[in-house]
Amino acid sequence: MKIVIINYGAGNIQSIMFAIERLGYKAVLSSNSEEIKAADKVIFPGVGEASSAMKKLIESGLDTLIPTLKQPVLGICLGMQLMCKSSEEGNTKGLSIFDVDVVKFTNKVKVPQMGWNQIYHLKSPLFDGISEKEYMYLVHSFYAPLCNEAIATTNYELEYASALQKNNFYGTQFHPEKSSAIGEQILANFLKL
Amino acid sequence: MLTKRIIPCLDIKNGRTVKGVNFVDLRDAGDPVELAKIYSDEGADELVFLDISATEERRKTLVDLVRKVASTINIPFTVGGGISSVEDVEILLQNGADKVSINSSAVKNPQLINDLAQKFGSQCVVVAIDAKQIDREWVVHLVGGKVPTERSLFDWAKEVEQRGAGEILFTSMDNDGTKNGFANEALAKLSKLVNIPIIASGGAGNIQHFVDAFQEGKADAALAASVFHFKEIEIKTLKKELKNNNIEVRI
Repeated sequence: MKIVIINYGAGNIQSIMFAIERLGYKAVLSSNSEEIKAADKVIFPGVGEASSAMKKLIESGLDTLIPTLKQPVLGICLGMQLMCKSSEEGNTKGLSIFDVDVVKFTNKVKVPQMGWNQIYHLKSPLFDGISEKEYMYLVHSFYAPLCNEAIATTNYELEYASALQKNNFYGTQFHPEKSSAIGEQILANFLKL
Repeated sequence: MLTKRIIPCLDIKNGRTVKGVNFVDLRDAGDPVELAKIYSDEGADELVFLDISATEERRKTLVDLVRKVASTINIPFTVGGGISSVEDVEILLQNGADKVSINSSAVKNPQLINDLAQKFGSQCVVVAIDAKQIDREWVVHLVGGKVPTERSLFDWAKEVEQRGAGEILFTSMDNDGTKNGFANEALAKLSKLVNIPIIASGGAGNIQHFVDAFQEGKADAALAASVFHFKEIEIKTLKKELKNNNIEVRI
């Protein structure tokens, strides 16, 4: 199986590489559109600031490529947010794969949300064998509100979509690669899709 | 609900853990990777590695260690100690560290916080603040609490938040090593003052101290070293007790 992690200069990619290795697979980093198109599975990572990450995607032409991919694609954290219609962070457009706008938590709660929180209302093969209320590791200041494409929800200030799916596109706000054995199971489920 | 976090801290010198550790079942008690794995399996929510070595080789050894830890454990970890530039941080993050903690270098060059937050995002910038009371004022100290600065804890905390820190690791030098509990009054004041998470450090001696740090000190996370290393407190037992006290934890 060929796993490609999209390399566009955003984020801690090494952790995902290692997590995939622990599962017994190998992943390659690539920004080459032919290589990405040819992969069996594509992982779209990202940490940092949304508008500058989006700029990098546009500069490399990946913004037009990603929405056309046919194989399973998993966006993680900022990767998931960039797959939405837009983000309040730097007021940027997104890839419009998911039909939802990313907004910021208010100051009623500590921002960023940093740490372990529970996932509910799981509905996707991504969560095969995963129980409701499991804890995932999250670090984020912006979130995707509840929407039709939500496949998991989490409560922080309010209930929001902590994972999304549309056809072959999946996104998790949490970091499966940093969420202990349960997170690794989710990553393994994705690789088996 | 977002849980409170329990964070063991490992002191590292030349790639090895220092301070004796009391794990009889460890093949090599000085191996940070093996210790990290044990803590992670016991339910630690995060780990902090504090590099206290001062040799020229330190950066390379530290990078090797970060890679090994990142390849072995599946929970987040922070690396601190002697980090003073964007380049230092870049190499640690590239090798799998999730966050870095800066202390003296931030006091000497506050712009570093802005630069790191802008380049890597606030989520990976932890500012560690060591402080102790002088005439009832909490004063920021450097060099492990030996050198007082002109800065007040609360003003500095507010400033690092504004500059883009994602989290504050507050160590009370008055409490550190005493095993008499965390500096809960100062913690509570900090937690109210800033809107980013606060990690309490310094003073953990028993389970009640952790309960107090969360309930009275309003801390978001608590860090400790020796009580974990010497198995005076086991993380599993600690978390169970916290839960019994209605404190949300990941079990």
